[in-house]
Amino acid sequence: MMTRKWLAVAFMVLVMSVSVMTGCGNEKGGNTPGASDGNPDAGAEETLLDTIKSRGKLIVGVKYDTKLFGLKNPANNEVEGFDVDIAKALAKSILGDETKIELKEVTSKTRIPMLDNNEIDLIVATMTITEERKEQVDFSEVYFKAGQSLLVKKGSAIKGIDDVKKGTKVLAVKGSTSVDNIIERAPDANVLEFDNYQDAFSALKAGQGDVLTTDNAILYGMMAQDPGYEVVGEPFTDEPYGIAIKKGETELVDAVNAGLAAMKESGEYNEIYKQWIGEEPAE
Amino acid sequence: MPDFSVLTDYFDVYMEGFLNTIYASVIALIASFLLGTVIAVFRISSVRPLRWVGTVYVEFIRNIPLLLVVYIFFLGLPLLGITLNGFVCGTIGLTVYTAAFIAEAIRAGIMSVPKGQTEAALSSGLTYVQAMRYVVLPQAVKIVIPPLSNQFLNLVKNSSVLSVIAGLDLMYFGDKVASDTYATIDTYLFVAAFYLVLTLPLSFAAHRLERRLAKHG
Repeated sequence: MMTRKWLAVAFMVLVMSVSVMTGCGNEKGGNTPGASDGNPDAGAEETLLDTIKSRGKLIVGVKYDTKLFGLKNPANNEVEGFDVDIAKALAKSILGDETKIELKEVTSKTRIPMLDNNEIDLIVATMTITEERKEQVDFSEVYFKAGQSLLVKKGSAIKGIDDVKKGTKVLAVKGSTSVDNIIERAPDANVLEFDNYQDAFSALKAGQGDVLTTDNAILYGMMAQDPGYEVVGEPFTDEPYGIAIKKGETELVDAVNAGLAAMKESGEYNEIYKQWIGEEPAE
Repeated sequence: MPDFSVLTDYFDVYMEGFLNTIYASVIALIASFLLGTVIAVFRISSVRPLRWVGTVYVEFIRNIPLLLVVYIFFLGLPLLGITLNGFVCGTIGLTVYTAAFIAEAIRAGIMSVPKGQTEAALSSGLTYVQAMRYVVLPQAVKIVIPPLSNQFLNLVKNSSVLSVIAGLDLMYFGDKVASDTYATIDTYLFVAAFYLVLTLPLSFAAHRLERRLAKHG
């Protein structure tokens, strides 16, 4: 009974601190897209895209703590990553200048509330497109195909999930859904679980297993750390990342999609992809 | 009241881990006793290089965490081209680690037998080995039993280190059940019960042995 009580207290503290954090976020929202709306024409509804153009700045929510996608570099305090470069390229395509951008830190918890409060125009923050989320926000086209994948030593005979057979030693992290997924896809594999990614990767390097499996975004991070290892095969779970936009702002959705299409056309997308992910995007 | 479905639904999983914990413990127990005895003999040997080897072994091994000893075998051996699985590495690590403590316990036991006894045995014509075998060791055993049984109990509990190198022991599967069910506290309660099933009889047997030796001493 005592533990229940303490759990309840801990939970309340958690709820309170979350509400305080979101409260702080709201106060900072002085510079909201809505606030800079200087259009006196009250009759015609101004779209978010118009607001962005008249403001002359795109405000984008990105992660500050995610390797390869959006990470604050302690050396120069710049936020860098795949998501950040995609956001900059979108600022260039919408406003004609990639420096006309303001980045704001979001977390998985704060991003949708911040979008709803007009604190940010776009979320480019490793956000998976799901049916549930589609009810809350609009999504652009897929800009990164995330999903569970496999990391192997370069030159390994394993080229994809179909090569994971009986006796293949698969390394994973305890308590992650990736264990369930791999057992479903390769029921005969010998799955060995470790406490964290570092231990699992060390075990792979020591030859204690044949493949390491988890989200490809994490695997690409490991690959960046040790180029002797590579991600093989297409992701075998589907977690496409999309750019989230406030519901109903179809003009902005169209502008973002046009920007993404142009980026892919010009090769800029491939460049950004290669710079951060370390390989060409799969078709 | 703990949720017993966490135990019944995953009973086979617990059992697999429980058996592996028994295997690892029994193997490491026998092996560490043999290795520990050898090291103890080195430590008190009159041959200086052997003494050095014994001292370096004991001081090196017992002064680093068991977890690191196990990592040396799991992650370090492959650098030399020898890759052994988590269970084997864990059992070797346990053996090597526990042997250092056992060596110290045995050495202390032997040292506690007055030196005059060895001298008397040697001067009555016994060889060094004979003096050890018939005079010193029988007395030392009695002194050594309590600290030795302590080390064996520690060994069984320390075998949980296998869980961090995928050694498929009781703790490894306990972690798995806990993360599957989110019934963390209940799961670990049952894991603790399984360890007690192993350690309580061992503890009890050690006490009986102590009493019996005391009577016949």
